[in-house]
Amino acid sequence: MRTVKCADLVDAIADMCVEAATCLPPDVLAGLQRAKETEQSPVGLAVLDVLLENAALAKREKVPICQDTGVAVYFVELGHETVLEGNLYEAICQGTELGYKRGYLRMSIAGEPLFERLNTHTNTPPVVHVSLVPGDALRITLASKGGGSENMSAMAMLKPSDGKAGVVKFILDTVRKAGGNACPPMVVGIGLGGNFEMAPLLAKRALLRELSQPHPEERYAAFEREMLELINGTGIGPQGLGGKVTAMAVHVEYAPCHIASLPVAVNFNCHVARHAVREF
Amino acid sequence: MKRLTLPLSENDVRSLHAGEQVLLSGSILTGRDVAHKRMCELMDRGAELPCPLAGEAIYYVGPTPAMPGKAVGSAGPTTSVRMDKYAPRLIECGLRAMIGKGNRGEAVIEAMQRFGCVYFAAIGGAGALLAQRINNLEVLAWDELGCEALRRISVTDFPVIVAIDTHGHNLYTEGPAAWQNNISQY
Repeated sequence: MRTVKCADLVDAIADMCVEAATCLPPDVLAGLQRAKETEQSPVGLAVLDVLLENAALAKREKVPICQDTGVAVYFVELGHETVLEGNLYEAICQGTELGYKRGYLRMSIAGEPLFERLNTHTNTPPVVHVSLVPGDALRITLASKGGGSENMSAMAMLKPSDGKAGVVKFILDTVRKAGGNACPPMVVGIGLGGNFEMAPLLAKRALLRELSQPHPEERYAAFEREMLELINGTGIGPQGLGGKVTAMAVHVEYAPCHIASLPVAVNFNCHVARHAVREF
Repeated sequence: MKRLTLPLSENDVRSLHAGEQVLLSGSILTGRDVAHKRMCELMDRGAELPCPLAGEAIYYVGPTPAMPGKAVGSAGPTTSVRMDKYAPRLIECGLRAMIGKGNRGEAVIEAMQRFGCVYFAAIGGAGALLAQRINNLEVLAWDELGCEALRRISVTDFPVIVAIDTHGHNLYTEGPAAWQNNISQY
């Protein structure tokens, strides 16, 4: 057994918030570089140049890559043999508030969705997903998620008879509907199977995978390649202004599902595919 | 690249064509969801707006807080379609330009053609770079809304692309149509 003091995590979580907002991960930068090699539209190429220049500037000056510094979404992997001393959720909330203040990040949470929609001014509460894993690990991944790409995401409960063609059609319809709103070139996360709440979570988890890392199962890796080609065939292009690169990557995650169901979820990440990881 | 100084005349606006890259300099309003809602509520009540809209340009942006010594934090465009419900009324009041990201609805495009207003795309997610072109920021109304307040910024060589012009051309539909492959089986 290993004991972790939750109060000790606050500062590191704050750092993760600032790092995610200001430093585009190397795999995403490489994805933008690859996009430049593929893109042929002059407007698309001009957009990609600006995005690379913007990422370099943000890192150098320690300013947010994008003004939408997002909802802080945490994926916590908690080992069976890890003992938490204190309140982990509280530590994550405190770290989030501290990080968003320290980094001059934008507070983007409305405390209630329907009536007053008042800003909480702390960027809390965050969204926290916990998985129990073997061993004595405590690993926290932060994916700060912007509103533009999240708003264009969608899920459907298809029929098993809709099959692969139905899944492909739903994904392409969702991509076309998103157009330039989700800030392409995007990363497209697809969740297949599970149930009504699990498919979107699978899609979101798919966004955490490093770009250019294919699904370990060949038939799903082939499906990812096929979807990437089809999505880039829409011509939507960088910022939706027309071009060859609409997505930098397509990642699929699946789970077993009910014999009557074929859940499918599409979660977009804009080109600012932020994430930060820490092991404690 | 074309350089334009704000405020834009109707003639300036009608001479722009979708796909042109433009550098804007001068004064621009900023506002997003709540500021638009409040402006329309004032109009409903017949009350005066915090500033007249005739000849103005508005940028849909909610910047990050400014670091010490800076006019503004990161300041890229937000998705424009959320303002579509309100935009035709603002255009009717003489708004000459909108800056944002993503396609617009038919009612907005119709109003743009009728009254002479252009829609520029700024590059979404390039907030750090775009902020460098903003020299000054002042609050006009609703300061309590923070990044959602109605504000005025001054910009120098602010890069935008004419996305939808007054002649019926729209880069959000024509661009993808020109680059798509044959995937009609889906």
